[in-house]
Amino acid sequence: MNAFIDNLLNTTNNFFLIGLPYIALVVCVVGTIWRYRSTKFKVSSLSSQFLEGKTLFWGSVPFHWGILILFCGHLIGVIFPRGVLLWNSHPLRLIIIETSAFIFAIAVLIGLINLLYRRITNPRVRVVTNAMDISILAILLIQVVTGLWIAYFFRWGSSWFASVVTPYLWSILTLQPDISAVSAFPWVIKLHIIGAYVMLIIIPFSRLIHFLVPPLDYIWRPHQLVFWNWSRRKIRDDNSTWSLKRPKNN
Amino acid sequence: MDVRAQISMVFHLDKCIGCHTCSIACKNIWTDRKGAEYQWWNNVETKPGTGYPTKWEDQDIYKGGWEKNDKSINLRGAGKKKSLLNIFHNPHLPVIDDYYEPFTYRYLDLIESPAMDDQPTARPVSLITGKPIDIKMGPNWDDDLSGTPDYARKDPNLRDLPPAVQEAMFQLERMAFFYLPRICNHCLNPACVASCPSGAIYKRGEDGIVLINQQVCRAWRMCVTACPYKKSYYNWHTGKSEKCILCYPRLEAGYAPACMHSCVGRIRYLGVLLYDADQIETAASEDTSKLVESQLNMLLDPNDPEVIKAAKASGISDSTIKSAQDSPTYRFVKEWGLALPLHPEFRTLPMLFYVPPLLPVMASLGVQDKEQGDKLDPIAKFWNDDWLYDTSTDNLWGTIEEARFPLKYMANLFTAGDEEKIKDVLKKLMAVRIHRRGVTVGDIPAEKVQKALSEAGLNAEMADSIYKLTSLAKFDDRFVIPPAHREQAIEMLEFTGDTKGSTGFGFRQKPERGL
Ligand code: SF4
Ligand code: SF4
Repeated sequence: MNAFIDNLLNTTNNFFLIGLPYIALVVCVVGTIWRYRSTKFKVSSLSSQFLEGKTLFWGSVPFHWGILILFCGHLIGVIFPRGVLLWNSHPLRLIIIETSAFIFAIAVLIGLINLLYRRITNPRVRVVTNAMDISILAILLIQVVTGLWIAYFFRWGSSWFASVVTPYLWSILTLQPDISAVSAFPWVIKLHIIGAYVMLIIIPFSRLIHFLVPPLDYIWRPHQLVFWNWSRRKIRDDNSTWSLKRPKNN
Repeated sequence: MDVRAQISMVFHLDKCIGCHTCSIACKNIWTDRKGAEYQWWNNVETKPGTGYPTKWEDQDIYKGGWEKNDKSINLRGAGKKKSLLNIFHNPHLPVIDDYYEPFTYRYLDLIESPAMDDQPTARPVSLITGKPIDIKMGPNWDDDLSGTPDYARKDPNLRDLPPAVQEAMFQLERMAFFYLPRICNHCLNPACVASCPSGAIYKRGEDGIVLINQQVCRAWRMCVTACPYKKSYYNWHTGKSEKCILCYPRLEAGYAPACMHSCVGRIRYLGVLLYDADQIETAASEDTSKLVESQLNMLLDPNDPEVIKAAKASGISDSTIKSAQDSPTYRFVKEWGLALPLHPEFRTLPMLFYVPPLLPVMASLGVQDKEQGDKLDPIAKFWNDDWLYDTSTDNLWGTIEEARFPLKYMANLFTAGDEEKIKDVLKKLMAVRIHRRGVTVGDIPAEKVQKALSEAGLNAEMADSIYKLTSLAKFDDRFVIPPAHREQAIEMLEFTGDTKGSTGFGFRQKPERGL
């Protein structure tokens, strides 16, 4: 009997911690390329500020800044685990990083609650709300609640993330999955990890895609854009043959 | 010199009758879609009035356009830093209520209602939620409402008029108003383009039309804030911004834009202007008092051999140069100096120019002139009050200084507050009128006509051509559209094979809100 349960546990762990991440990565990459190429018109952040702007401020602003910083925090943990551990070697610095992460997570939570409240109660915003919008908010809510839970009950996450989760993630990315350490995690942490994979899967099929098209090139592009459909200097030159290149705006 | 061609427009405000045909023509073609119902790419406002969206000219509220800094100019409410920092919530974005909540009526209730004691009514329902609403606003809610405290008196252009002058404007007996039709100005220094973080908005090199690429727009909605004329609109259904496209599919085929084609008052003119693109930045960053001048200085004379040479070197085709030479807008704007940009102080270098209204022609004079009155035919009405039309003066139409619209008001609209400049234009319009009266009725002595003309810097020949283009111009005189040269561009925007079988904007997917 015990063997059976072990077996079951093993299969579940294998599925959620090895199978799912690969499914998620493939779906996210292939799906995004498909989405961008074939339904480009639908790639939009779908802002609803035009219909309701006041409550949105208290939802969108704390949520977005909070999640952006938390996401970067996780990313730094994955890319520079040693740096994080070194930083954390001093208890004061560890406390600073943990508290600020906690505060940002609270901001995300407050933002999400406001966003959800607004989506459900504002009649105009409801018109532009679909099941996917609600699902995204629900998944994000689960993520931030489990995240806060983990931060509170399983202390010093930034350190054990860098030393345990990062190697696991790298093992996935380098195609040598090793889940021996993570499979021993309590269920909340696993839930948090699984939630992240689910979000990866949804990206191409939801408004979350706007997260992949941040307008960063705005920083260095010139203010004004003028597009010609053909090279205006060459077109009158009898000696040049101009190629039938697709215009940039097409 | 970097010569470029720009399709420009002139609206002759004396001729607008406020019929809104232009708005309807545009709506029927372009914005009769879900999410776009509230958008009026062409709208006609009553001035004085608050306009659409309410008080759009008040940049303290909407933060549109450019403002001058030490060296150059920067966007007031958007721009690189502000746009990216405010991307999650744009504090200056107008919301639907600043325009109006689009509505329709439940007409079906009228026929499908069961037999009752009362007449059935068609209740208004919101086009957003579908629920019954109380209509609070419409696209031209203040139509013809000059003088009303809620609208006309809140006109942002009255801001620096002394209270006494404002009071005088709104005296019931001398109240006046005129119409201001507006479309996108297809500016030379467009704030919408500069504010778009995803680079979806661009100006077409060939004709200067400003367009939003629907595939690239990501609903960062900064253009809505940045355009000081509020002519970029957010489609709440598709999550994309949209704006006037100057009917480019019609222009490419040689037709006038729908609003212009249908204009009942024939107030609209369209033609090519050649300009020097190297001057854009300096012209837009001039001192406020020199803005109109610097903008007009950018426009080049299409008959000047030097300009023609430079234009050819810049790849402008002969047919476009020819159109520029025949352009009615060039004549109004440069040759005659009759048309002015709307709110040049927004510094977007708009390419839609307005001939300011002279009406109402007869001003009220301060004190009744007894001597003149005595000379009058007894049948002619003699007014004892000093606030009504006075027809008894020498001056058939009164003087411009005493016009019912204070010069300052007109100046706030068209010359960034410079009264002299607007006076010059009105004087010209008046001179043409005096000249034509001399020709057709003959009750004005030749010297007087001559004096009026020379004071305005015109001669009889010019006055006649102004009169002709203003009053008699036929379709082809009003719209001089350069050929699109599809043979060179293959297609201006799309490979038609891609979009064959689809409709409207060329959506290859249903224009639905995203997943
Ligand atoms: S009027 Fe507004 S939308 Fe049109 S080009 Fe100018 S800034 Fe852009
Ligand atoms: S159709 Fe012409 S006359 Fe009528 S409101 Fe429009 S611009 Fe004015």
